[in-house]
Amino acid sequence: MSWNLDSDRPIFAQIVEHLQYDIISGVYQPGQKLPSVRDLAAMASVNPNTMQRALSELERDGYMHSERTAGRFITEDTNMIQALKTQLATAQIQEFLERMSKLGLTQEEILNLVSKNMKE
Amino acid sequence: MNNLVSVKGLTKIYNSTTALYNVDLDIESGHIVGLLGPNGSGKTTLIKILCGLLHPTSGSVLVDGQEVGVYSKSIISYLPDQTYFNGDLSIRSTIEFFTDFYPDFDPQRAYGMLDNLNINPDSKLKSLSKGTKEKVQLILVMSRRAKLYILDEPIAGVDPAARDYILRTIISNYDPEATIIISTHLIADVESTLDDVIFLQYGQIALHASVDEIRSKEGKSVDALFREVYKC
Repeated sequence: MSWNLDSDRPIFAQIVEHLQYDIISGVYQPGQKLPSVRDLAAMASVNPNTMQRALSELERDGYMHSERTAGRFITEDTNMIQALKTQLATAQIQEFLERMSKLGLTQEEILNLVSKNMKE
Repeated sequence: MNNLVSVKGLTKIYNSTTALYNVDLDIESGHIVGLLGPNGSGKTTLIKILCGLLHPTSGSVLVDGQEVGVYSKSIISYLPDQTYFNGDLSIRSTIEFFTDFYPDFDPQRAYGMLDNLNINPDSKLKSLSKGTKEKVQLILVMSRRAKLYILDEPIAGVDPAARDYILRTIISNYDPEATIIISTHLIADVESTLDDVIFLQYGQIALHASVDEIRSKEGKSVDALFREVYKC
């Protein structure tokens, strides 16, 4: 099915994020070959040129590389993937903490609630 | 980048009505372009001029570097907003007709898409529902290997599931060098498949920008922007 994209943010940025999540979560394994631009675009129901730009960006950042005739592959550098995971997780935690402090919770209360929920 | 379509100072006047006024427009190859605008804004007039079905009152139109004529017609695959098929023919005979008529028509592709949408090629066109008829027409138009596809309201009468299928088909089948111009009111459905959008208003171009430019500048979807600009 097509990817879930927000209607108010640039599509390009959302595709980059989506692919980053796919790499981190192992939908695409390190060293694995990616589907073609056109197939990915069709899967996501997005414009092929936008998909191409997103892939180029991920390539520039080193998360994938293309081999002339063979296609495009995910990096085998697992440290890099791990770092990306930490980076995205940190961003989400920051966001979460901000929302919790808007609810008026102290750091201690947040910690308690989180560990309570994790036990359940 | 080379421009597949280059329009300069285009004006079209019907008796006392000005449908297009002094339009300048360049469209590159390899792009999927949305032609958007309220009813009566000049979308179909512009499309018909590109296809050589109407003559401009003034101005110039070049398609792939040449004036509209035999050559431009041979590289444009056009889906009109009305049916023009003979209802007594079966889909299969219509495909044969297209194969004879257009050297760039690929019957395999047409049969493949018909199969995916569970449409029986032996049914007569007049026996089909409105939506199925629209699907068949779009399949025929997209089965040509054209340089420019011009689709006037291609998905209006089609159910949402088939709409998704059709858009995916357009994305995965079209030649990366080809350009597709889609005129539609269903902006939200096609938005993420478009490179650029052109907003027409009172026969003039109100906006020509990429979808992501609009989204990052306005912080809203093209659909939302359209509703705001053309609020009644």
